[in-house]
Amino acid sequence: MGRTGKGAPKKGSDPFPALVYPGNVPGITDRRPNPEDLLRRVQADERRERRGRLKVFLGYASRVGKSYRMFDEGRRRKQRGQDVVVGAVQGAVTPDVQEILSCLEVVPTLPEKHGGAEYRVIDMAALFRRHPGVCVIDGLAYFNPPGSRNPERWQDVEELLDRGISVLTAVNVQHIREKQDEVERIAGKRPFDSVPQAFLLEAEEIEVVDAPPEALIDRTDGVAPDSRRLGELRELALLLAADVVDRQLQEYLDSHGIAARWGAQERILVCLTPRSNARDMLKSGLRNKRRFHGALLVAYVEQSALPAEDRRNLDANLGLAREMEAEIHRLQGDDFVDTILDFAREQRITQLFLGHSNRGRGLRLRRNATERLIDAAEDFDIRLFPHPEGK
Amino acid sequence: MSGVRRGRLKIYLGYAAGVGKTYRALEDAQLLRQQGVDIVIGYFEPHGRQDTIAKTAGLESVARQTLTYGGAQFQEMDTEAILRRKPAVALVDEFAHTNVPGCERVKRWEDVRALLEAGIDVITTMNVQHLESLNDQVWHITGVRVRETVPDWVVDEADEVVFVDLTPGALRNRLERGVVYGTEKARRAMENFFVETNLTALREMAMRHTAHEVEEKLAAAPAAHPTGAATAPAAGENSPSGTEPAGRKERILICLTGSPSSAMLIRRGKRVADYLQADCLAIHVVRNAEGREDVERHMSFARNLRIDVRIVEGEDIPRAIVEFAHGERVTQIFMGRSTPLPWWKPFRETVVQQVVRHALDVQITIVAERRRPA
Repeated sequence: MGRTGKGAPKKGSDPFPALVYPGNVPGITDRRPNPEDLLRRVQADERRERRGRLKVFLGYASRVGKSYRMFDEGRRRKQRGQDVVVGAVQGAVTPDVQEILSCLEVVPTLPEKHGGAEYRVIDMAALFRRHPGVCVIDGLAYFNPPGSRNPERWQDVEELLDRGISVLTAVNVQHIREKQDEVERIAGKRPFDSVPQAFLLEAEEIEVVDAPPEALIDRTDGVAPDSRRLGELRELALLLAADVVDRQLQEYLDSHGIAARWGAQERILVCLTPRSNARDMLKSGLRNKRRFHGALLVAYVEQSALPAEDRRNLDANLGLAREMEAEIHRLQGDDFVDTILDFAREQRITQLFLGHSNRGRGLRLRRNATERLIDAAEDFDIRLFPHPEGK
Repeated sequence: MSGVRRGRLKIYLGYAAGVGKTYRALEDAQLLRQQGVDIVIGYFEPHGRQDTIAKTAGLESVARQTLTYGGAQFQEMDTEAILRRKPAVALVDEFAHTNVPGCERVKRWEDVRALLEAGIDVITTMNVQHLESLNDQVWHITGVRVRETVPDWVVDEADEVVFVDLTPGALRNRLERGVVYGTEKARRAMENFFVETNLTALREMAMRHTAHEVEEKLAAAPAAHPTGAATAPAAGENSPSGTEPAGRKERILICLTGSPSSAMLIRRGKRVADYLQADCLAIHVVRNAEGREDVERHMSFARNLRIDVRIVEGEDIPRAIVEFAHGERVTQIFMGRSTPLPWWKPFRETVVQQVVRHALDVQITIVAERRRPA
């Protein structure tokens, strides 16, 4: 293999940060596990065993039926003999939810006034005393008033989990912090309260509550919400869930040492060489990434003694890739083809983008790199891009 | 055709038996019945699940027809009887089902289209693994080659695709409790298809496909965004340039041969074309009039997926492909990998190599013949 990574972690509150090696090269990451990483994983597993289990119901709008599904699960678990208690109910309750609540034990939230605003705060002390097996918490994104035990409700949930209480909870995609720029673009406004995406990634289970926007229109008593806006939020929620599931599947496979060469997601790898037609490949890669909601990776194989002009060219291309927020990987290996092949397999690549090796037909005894890659590629497609001069 | 309003189609999409698709469809049916809508059950597969059967209470069912085939009796949906009954809405379970020979139509989705054309709304159910375009991926992940498939355009025609979710853990619990299948069948299912990693991957595919359907519908709908922002969900981010030059629509050309891997090539090319909203063509070059039988099957498969299939005559296959591509303003050519040349002919070129050399202005995708690790 002979790969080494030199990189800095990705920005943001990434719960699984890339490893940091000396010689920071911004934007370049490597995800190979090292002993520290494995130790952290074992510790996380141990912590998880003592912790309660978290299940999150994810929707894309209010009235999509999240609360109903969550409380319904609470009821069914109680029927199966689990010790279920409701820890928080949202203000207005529909008749079908009310019916379920009537057969569940409820620990009421505490009303608190602060700065003219009225808050409902989870009665943590009462829940700790009662210590149920499962606690149902609606309105995950709520803020607590200043001076509370925790500033936000999802942190209350963390505490319940730490004490071995399993939690069922519900949240809308609008409230996921990392998605709020997009939500603002779609809906024109930004919710005040939020939950970090890392919290979702920690959940043992995430369940999507999907319904067509028309169903919501019916339930809002004739007040027609914007169906395009709802459609876009719906797509956002589905893709967020798909990403979380993909991440969890990968974690599972990694921790069980299973090398899967497949995935449900398109993963595009653009191979850069100093003289490749990078702009076209990267633009197309970005477009494909967006259309497929996939991943865009860029790799180049390090070469020693690169002429100054080639080095400048490569740096410019890497700059462009960084602007596109591609995941950039610097590879080391004696053989270009083997290095790329190993990396593509390890990363479950589905499409590999390459520049034409623009050479005429002549007498030759050895096949060129492109041909060797085509022959060896069993798990991914290879897309060859024309040289600009070829046009 | 007459001026009958076409019925609306709603599909409940899941990722495995037992996630609750039929249950959700029946919930809809009950709601409609309460609202006084004339709804019937056209076909319902109880699988002996009590909670699902209970949901049919009070709903009218159209009797199935019984057919004899190979000495055995089969029950199928009686489409003609539903057409005569002409309800406003019909619930039809298992959209991907293949009818027993002797029925009017081969596939249930064809029966459903007949109902829609008669102005009947249909609520149906299917799993993501039955989508034609995902057939290879599903096989790659699960090792199961799904035989009952539905072309993607049929699903794209639906007015609504709704994702029915249940976590794999919960699904396995249901299997263990014998809710989905009887216990013996459950054990076998658990060991094979219902492995948690398989379920997780299929579930992710169903989520992504539903998102794709939502996006397609948004793209087709007239833009009326209150903020005036770009309508495509992917647009609007600050980045150098995410789109192809305006006005240059992608056109994808699939090169068909008699090779068995052509089916995979067709599915892959069509899937990429669908996601890129590109036109999709296929070409088969014949040297002379003979030798077309082996490729005939692939061509009709491609036509069923609504790919524009052309047959071109020519002695020089690579040249014919490239000329056709230029004439049709193709932006991307999809080809299977050529058989490697024998070692004693190192100076010859494969068809792929020749196309690459001649079509220097076109992107060329060589589709891998994906195999499953043993």
